[in-house]
Amino acid sequence: MTPETDDISTAAAGADRPTIRTVGVDGLLVSFGARLSEPANRAALAFRDAVEAAGWDGVAESSTSLVSTYLRFDPVHADHETLRAALADLLAARDWYAAPLPEGRRFWRIPTVYGGDHGPLLDEAAAAAGLAPEAAIESLSTSRVRVQTIGFAPGQPYLGELDQAWDIPRQKSLTARVPEGALTVAIRQMVLFSVSTPTGWRHVGQTALRLFRPDADTPFVLRPGDEVLFDAVTPEELDNMRQAGPDGGATFETIR
Amino acid sequence: MTRRLTVHRAGPGVSIQDRGRPGYLGFGLSRGGAADLLALAEGAALLGQDSDCAALEMAGTGGEFEAHADLRIALTGAPMRATIDGTRLAWNASHALPAGARLSIGGAEAGTYGYLHVGGGVAGPERLGSRSAHLASGLGGPLAAGATLAIGPDPHPGETGQCLPGIPRFDGGTIRVVPSLQTGFFADSEIARFESTGFRRDARGSRMGVPLAFDTDGFHSDAGLSVLSEIVIPGDIQITGDGTPFVLLCECQTTGGYPRIGSVLPCDLPWVVQAPPGAGLRFRFVTLHAALAAERSAQVHRDGLRGTLRPLVRDPAEIRDLLAYQLVGGVTAGDDGDPGVA
Repeated sequence: MTPETDDISTAAAGADRPTIRTVGVDGLLVSFGARLSEPANRAALAFRDAVEAAGWDGVAESSTSLVSTYLRFDPVHADHETLRAALADLLAARDWYAAPLPEGRRFWRIPTVYGGDHGPLLDEAAAAAGLAPEAAIESLSTSRVRVQTIGFAPGQPYLGELDQAWDIPRQKSLTARVPEGALTVAIRQMVLFSVSTPTGWRHVGQTALRLFRPDADTPFVLRPGDEVLFDAVTPEELDNMRQAGPDGGATFETIR
Repeated sequence: MTRRLTVHRAGPGVSIQDRGRPGYLGFGLSRGGAADLLALAEGAALLGQDSDCAALEMAGTGGEFEAHADLRIALTGAPMRATIDGTRLAWNASHALPAGARLSIGGAEAGTYGYLHVGGGVAGPERLGSRSAHLASGLGGPLAAGATLAIGPDPHPGETGQCLPGIPRFDGGTIRVVPSLQTGFFADSEIARFESTGFRRDARGSRMGVPLAFDTDGFHSDAGLSVLSEIVIPGDIQITGDGTPFVLLCECQTTGGYPRIGSVLPCDLPWVVQAPPGAGLRFRFVTLHAALAAERSAQVHRDGLRGTLRPLVRDPAEIRDLLAYQLVGGVTAGDDGDPGVA
C-alpha cells in the first residue's frame, strides 16, 4: 500500500524554487534546491537566521543542512498550517538566494597527513576521481573549501565544493570506523569527522583538530561560512602538533 | 545530611539522563536525553516532581546504590529485579530509600531501559544546558562504580508507596510511521514489502539506533549513493547500503545521506526503544493527520499520569524488618512508603 501523504509542497520541486515539506510528525523543512549550489546554501543559512529572529510560538529549535532550513515544533501547541503559512510569507519577503554569507567568517589552515595509514582510502578515492594519488593529494591540499553546514556529529563540517572530478559516490559498504579528525571525501564534498564512527565516505587524510570541546568557551570550533585549506604535512609534523594541543596545528584569520 | 547517592556497582549502560539538550541541532549535536521519555514522565509523576528532573537510565541491567540521606526513589521503564536490603520492590512505583540502605537493581525481566528516579532529581552541573550523558559524542559517559551523585532538594519528602498502572511496551509490537522527506525514493512495492515484513529487534543497537533483523531480501531505494545529506530526526527509519533498516533513536546523527523510508511517531518510539533483542516489530504507515491525533492523546496521557497513581497494596508478611525501617525513617509504617510488594 502506498502511504497516504498530507504533504503539500508550496512550490514545485524545481531547480531553484524553495519547497516546504514535513519532516516526521513535528518538523518542517524549507529546501532551496534539490542539488547543492552556493546560492541555495547561502539561502538556507540566511533563512534559518530569519526563522530564529522571528521567534514563532511553539518552535523548539531550528538548524540548517546543506540547502535546507529545518524547524522542529511542538505539534500539540502549534499547527502545521499556521507555521507553513508563516514560512511561506517569510520566503516571499525577499530573494533568499541573493543573501550574503554569514558575518565573521574565518579562513582556517588545518594540517593534514594524506594517504598511507592516515588516509587508507586515498588511492581508491583518487582512482574513482580519475587521478594519480600524487595528483589527488595536490588537488585536495590546494582546494580552498567552505563549511556549508555543521551536522551529523557535534561540530562536524561538510565542506565544498571540490572540482567536478571529485563527484564520486559514497562507498556501498561502510568503513567500520574512522578516527576522530579523519578527512573524507564523496560527492564533491569533504567531511572532517568530529567523532570516531562508521561511514560510507572515503578516508583520505588525517588531522589532529578537535572540533567539539564541550567544556570550552567555544564548544563548536568551525561555523558555516568558514573557509578551510587542508595543508599537506608529514606524519611526524602532525604528531608534534597533536602533542601541542587540541588545535592540532590549525590556525585561522578573519575573512574581511 | 548531604543528599547524595553512591554508585557501588553499575552495569555498562547506566547513565544520567533528562529530557535532553534541544537547541544544538545546528551544531550537529542531537537532543539525546532519556531513550524512553514516557518512562521519564512516569517517574516524575510518581515522585510528584517536574519531568525535567534527571534520572538514571539503566540499559539492560542496573547496579547497586546507597543513599547518604533519606531519599525517595521511583522505578519505571523496563522492569528489573530490585531490592532494598534484600526486600523485593514493586516496579512502576515509588519507595523510600533510607540513609544507609542498599538498593540493588538487577537485569531487565522484560524490555531494555529501566529508570531509577530520585526525589529532587540527580543534581550536579549541566553541560550545554543538560545533565544528560550523550554517549555517542563523548559528552559525559556511563557511570562507574564509586561515583557519588548529588541529589536535588525533594519537593515532597516522605510521599512514597504510590504505583502507576504503566503501559506495557516491552515486547515489540506494531509501530506507526508517517511518510517523510525521502519516502518517495522508495517504490510502492518496497513500501508495501516493508509494511508486510515481520522484523525483529537486532541484538546490536544503542541509544543512536536499532538495526532490524528480517528474513527476506534487503530493502532498496532509487536514491543511489550520491544523495545529498539531509536532516535526520529520531524515529527516522534509515536504509543502509546493504538494505538493512535502522530505526534511529535519541542520539542519532543530525544529518545523513542514507535514504529514510519513513519516520516513527514520537509517541510510538518507546515501543521500539524498549523492544528487547529478538522482539517482533512491524511497521504501519498512517497519515500525518492520524499521527497528530495520536500525539495529542499521548500528551493527554502524560499530563494525566499523576491522576492514575494508586497506593501500593502491601502484604505486611513480606515487609522484612518493619521495626528497623520505622527506627531509621522516623515515621510510622502507616503513612510512609516502606518498600512493599504490589
